[in-house]
Amino acid sequence: MSTHDIQLTVNGASHRVQVESRLLLVHLLRENLRLTGTHIGCDTTHCGACTVLLDGEPVKSCTVLAVQAEGSEITTVEGLEQNGKLHPVQEAFWEKHGLQCGYCTPGMMLTGCALLARDKNPSEAQIREAISGNLCRCTGYSNIVKAIQSAAEQLRQH
Amino acid sequence: MIPPVFDYHAPASVADAIALLSRFGDSAKVISGGQSLLPLLKLRLGTAEHLVDIGRIPGLEYVREEGGYLRIGGRTREAALERSEIVRTRFPILLDTARVIADPLVRNRATVGGNLAHGDPANDHPATMLALRAIVVAQGPNGERTIPIDRFFTGLFATALAADEILTEIRIPVPPGRSGGAYLKLERKVGDYATAAAAAQVTLDGAGTFAQVGIALTNAGPVPARASAAEDALIGKRVNDAAIAEAARRAAEAASPTADRRGSVEYKREMARVLAARALKKAVERAGGR
Repeated sequence: MSTHDIQLTVNGASHRVQVESRLLLVHLLRENLRLTGTHIGCDTTHCGACTVLLDGEPVKSCTVLAVQAEGSEITTVEGLEQNGKLHPVQEAFWEKHGLQCGYCTPGMMLTGCALLARDKNPSEAQIREAISGNLCRCTGYSNIVKAIQSAAEQLRQH
Repeated sequence: MIPPVFDYHAPASVADAIALLSRFGDSAKVISGGQSLLPLLKLRLGTAEHLVDIGRIPGLEYVREEGGYLRIGGRTREAALERSEIVRTRFPILLDTARVIADPLVRNRATVGGNLAHGDPANDHPATMLALRAIVVAQGPNGERTIPIDRFFTGLFATALAADEILTEIRIPVPPGRSGGAYLKLERKVGDYATAAAAAQVTLDGAGTFAQVGIALTNAGPVPARASAAEDALIGKRVNDAAIAEAARRAAEAASPTADRRGSVEYKREMARVLAARALKKAVERAGGR
């Protein structure tokens, strides 16, 4: 089995890590870098609990090898807050009760952030389409959609 | 779940990738987006001693029209296909297809070439590429060769690609005027494989008869294949509901789905018939036939 010295930027900080070829990105984040906000849910590419942004795009980090992320920029839920201030999407999930148990929340918020980075005025259908790879088993999706709509409104005002 | 051990290689060119594949033979697998391969490895349904990652090779991601073909680079991600202006405006059947593959997050990694090269009859591009009569371009130690899509799928998870070949491009003949296509899929939930799905591509002539027809089904047997009898039922016929119904009936008759949690054989065959008819009607509509 090969090992690899890789460099990647996580939440703005550059890291050099030695990884086994088979190490998954989610394990690199959680175990090597201790960023446990990225959750492991189904571990089979269905649920989206492990969603992170890879070069700005949401991906399921249980289905990416760490070595494939060499040279890339990763954003995890820990990277959303800036200078002690929650990201508008985080604020909106709080305000609109977009979560209950919180397990899917990091993935939901990151997918929401990626959508709003592309389009600050998505329709409800576009929001639902965007989060269709992220499963919530508690609240249902209504408040999550409302939270993303509310964040969109906030972002449009800035 | 942790994949079994393997050596990982990230060649910087197609030539380097082919050299690695030639050296390792059957013990190597090409990894593109990895959205099918990594789950298989994690579930230990597959193994590979060597993974050759073509993700670092520049120049394999593009969608452009050239020389009478729509050319899609083998490593083009499904998300890029969805956002491609030419796909959105001129090849709605490809947009139909890309949009129902897995989910949006998976489509940020999954590639069109991978969807075909995996040889999975449950994947969505095979039926669409059969309907469009696509040509697969492969590069190997002896250079480039083209494989008509009808000869590409050779068995369950098996394709005409040799162990030392890489799928570098998909060429779709640009259809003439008065052409249209559609892909319709029935799935239990976003991200599921098709309970049934149908691809239809038609070209009408001036008199309103079917001049060219391509029909294929997803998950309708161990090997993706064209519904030839259904196509033959339409060639030279005037566009009408009875002709379309007969073609859909023939397509379903030729299907051999297997029973699973998605439904019984009878249900899947019936859904294949319904979807084939609807896909044909939509294709005709898009061709300007109605």
